[in-house]
Amino acid sequence: MTAGLHSPVELEQERRRLTEVWADPPGFLGWFSHIDHKSIGRRFVVTAFGFFTLGGLLAALMRIQLARPDQSFLSADMYNQVFTMHGTTMMFLFAVPVMLGLAVYIVPLAVGARSIAFPRLVAYGYWMFLFGGIFLFAMFAINTGPDNGWFSYVPLAGPEFGLGKRADVWAQLVTFSETSSLVVAVALVTTILKMRAPGMALNRIPVYVWAMLIVSLMTILSMPAIMLASTTLIMDRLIGTHFYNQAEGGDPLLWQHLFWFFGHPEVYIIFLPAQGMVSTIISTFFQRPLVGYLAVVLSLVSTAFIGFGVWVHHMFTTGLPQLSMSFFTVASVMIVVPTGIQFFCWIATIWTGRLVLRAPVLWALGFFAVFLIGGLTGVMLAAVPLNQQVHDTFFVVAHFHYVLIGGAVFPLLGAIHYWFPKMTGRMMGERLGRASFWLFFAGFNLTFFPMHQLGLAGMPRRVYTYQAVMGWGTLNLLATAGAVLMTVALVIYLINIVRALRSRAPATDDPWHAASLEWATSSPPPPYNFSPLPGVATRDPLWNRPDEQPLVIGVDSTCREVLVTRLTDAAPDHRRKLVTPSAWPFFAALATALMFIWSIFSPWAVVWGSIPLTVALIGWFWPREGVSPAALRRQIESGDHAPSEATH
Amino acid sequence: MQSVLAPAGVQAAEIAWLWWVMLAVCAAVFVVVLLFVGAGLHRASRRNAPAPTPERRLHRAIGGATALTILTLMGLLTAAIATGRAVQSLDGASALPVIVVGNQWWWAIEYALPNPAERVRVANELRLPRGRTVSITLGSNDVIHSLWIPNLHGKVDLIPGRQNVMVLRADRVGEFRAQCAEYCGTQHAHMAFTVTVVEPAAFDAWLVAQREPAREPVDAVARRGRQLVESTTCMMCHTVRGTLAGARIAPDLTHVGSRPTLAAGVLPNTDEALDRWLRDPQAVKPGNKMPVPGLSDDDRRAVVAYLRGLK
Repeated sequence: MTAGLHSPVELEQERRRLTEVWADPPGFLGWFSHIDHKSIGRRFVVTAFGFFTLGGLLAALMRIQLARPDQSFLSADMYNQVFTMHGTTMMFLFAVPVMLGLAVYIVPLAVGARSIAFPRLVAYGYWMFLFGGIFLFAMFAINTGPDNGWFSYVPLAGPEFGLGKRADVWAQLVTFSETSSLVVAVALVTTILKMRAPGMALNRIPVYVWAMLIVSLMTILSMPAIMLASTTLIMDRLIGTHFYNQAEGGDPLLWQHLFWFFGHPEVYIIFLPAQGMVSTIISTFFQRPLVGYLAVVLSLVSTAFIGFGVWVHHMFTTGLPQLSMSFFTVASVMIVVPTGIQFFCWIATIWTGRLVLRAPVLWALGFFAVFLIGGLTGVMLAAVPLNQQVHDTFFVVAHFHYVLIGGAVFPLLGAIHYWFPKMTGRMMGERLGRASFWLFFAGFNLTFFPMHQLGLAGMPRRVYTYQAVMGWGTLNLLATAGAVLMTVALVIYLINIVRALRSRAPATDDPWHAASLEWATSSPPPPYNFSPLPGVATRDPLWNRPDEQPLVIGVDSTCREVLVTRLTDAAPDHRRKLVTPSAWPFFAALATALMFIWSIFSPWAVVWGSIPLTVALIGWFWPREGVSPAALRRQIESGDHAPSEATH
Repeated sequence: MQSVLAPAGVQAAEIAWLWWVMLAVCAAVFVVVLLFVGAGLHRASRRNAPAPTPERRLHRAIGGATALTILTLMGLLTAAIATGRAVQSLDGASALPVIVVGNQWWWAIEYALPNPAERVRVANELRLPRGRTVSITLGSNDVIHSLWIPNLHGKVDLIPGRQNVMVLRADRVGEFRAQCAEYCGTQHAHMAFTVTVVEPAAFDAWLVAQREPAREPVDAVARRGRQLVESTTCMMCHTVRGTLAGARIAPDLTHVGSRPTLAAGVLPNTDEALDRWLRDPQAVKPGNKMPVPGLSDDDRRAVVAYLRGLK
């Protein structure tokens, strides 16, 4: 593996060949067959931000309703649908998909691979996510939006009290989004463990990629609980099982355990990628390697472990025994330690770095202030007695928005600004970037800080209105004013993106002078990501002298061949041919969607719906006669170019 | 009107203390961390190249900060667990037994005294004697609710098929608001009631009065009201002890005239409010389980006169 085997002309020829081999089919019909991780990742991110906009509009409706006491802007029934839709959309259709989707784009580049593993499966995951979201909002449009809150407690969501199809819509939306997350998580784990650039041993993986590996594993471990929960809920509702019917030996609390066994890790599934983004941004804009790489990675791992042992702190008011609650208090308090360690590592990096002040670093610093408040109120909530006072009040609403917006949306908006040149080849504007940050920061705090006080003053969450005598009017009005500011900030952010896309000035390959491999290729990257394929000799490959940069040769450029490396030291193991673009994942997702939606109405959907799904899967996996690479090479050498046939 | 930080009982007082401790410590942590970030930013923005600080020193600093974090957390943990014990320290054995059952969207309350003849059922109001330990058993007839009286104690859920217990003591005379804190459906926002803490003697007198059957109507209009209650849809759901109305699926109205509020904290208890409620309960509290009674104006006035007289 040494560089310089190709002359510039040969390299150019090779790149043309690679483009032909790796490019997705063009045109409208070809659009359904895309499997390039960059295309799918971009779709994930754009679609997720589409749902973010819808979820934000729903939030605006709630803020209008609550701005003054005794308002009737929304009816009770509509408000209850709106808050449920807001939570469900933000958690299942924005936060998780956007984190996984951005990783689908960035991770293969950051590990120096030509593709994500299982690209067709990832495409299927995208379609499932899209269809689930469309399904949810279509049902909402016909007044059948779920109305039991985003954790859909039984028996309120059960057959006796959850009338109509609203609770079923929620349960199946969860099934859609979990299917999608699960397949993407599997692809990410495989990519990170088996497709890293040669030399990228475990201790050289970028921190962001580590975070995505851990998050993907958490996804795989926590999803079964929610799949079980949503499926048993639908069975209770559709075919009269009694999982949650206390009169027949079921138990409403079983639902809460199953839901939160997934629901709390879910918070970390959203938060750990953001921590990885903060590490990346801090290291880049302070122009030095992250202090305490090992400590940060181990902190991510231990957060994931402890994150599975804290779910009962959502249930401190359900009357569980004192001793068992104490156990979960300790776990909930201890999970602060690894996050604290990361904070200290970031501060040490700042302390010894050289600041290059650009908009992404503002978002990371905003995260410091905002998330810190959310983390500290989290410690308060871990204390059982205090939790019993403020549980299910606006104090908790404030807490989790500080954690989720502060801990995930701030870093995410920073990361979008940061990776935007790589994804589009254009730079976002600095001035608009800063303006949107400061407005968002001010608006966010104005909206959510007063909610702490509202909770202490007795305002429960999920109330569609309140009486003037309660004295909650002023703070609610402030919160609504803050929401207006946040909206303006996000509009400016969007204008910044649109202006950047329209601008002619191209971004350079590495505009931030960053360290990781995604900046080693052009902006935006070619369909094949890299040529020649990079190798890695250090943790921050781009900060080392270019002539020390090892390269990979010997991977076939006439077919979709990728290099598979070993798990720990990323030594080359073997080469493998990847699948070609196909519309079958689209049809398979369509068939799955049909089955899921039909199954709200009849259990027979599972039987008859499996027929189109089987057909789609047969099409997907139909073996194709391929031309062997060796035969192809002979053809090419004899002047008979037919690389596109080789891919079938 | 209600606040976690204006305790009127021993439990809420303990929790308020924990709040102030937590707030002080957390505020200090917040300030210190941001000071370090700020100082770091100051250094980093005046530098031309990353500092060659030895990693070993940085790692020691990180280790020290982590140790400090763990110590702080241990302290808070101790405070939390000590408060938890203090909150639980009242002996429920000799306490006044009360049963609270949640319904969509009202509260059934029973003073479950050992002698069955002394038992009293009320709805949407809780009167407590100052200084006496009260043991509240919590259950639900439909979905999960949660009883929260911020000035007295943290909340405890009312779960169908389960019994939870909340032991508390009110130490200050006054009126405090209680409400449902777990989302329970359409009218979750309107499921509140008033907790009135009175001196023990006044409480005993009240309890005796509540035990009495409904007052006989005093005039012709009220008598007609009573006859309407006994002969129309009212009696299908409500109880007025001493009359033919004896159903249990809606609030007991035996002494409804003496309650602080109507419709679970939605309306003040006045003639006008009751009239408005009886004209169209669905307009006042959309989605609640009471159908429109469909009384003529005269009939409605008669029913209002009768019910308001049930002190």
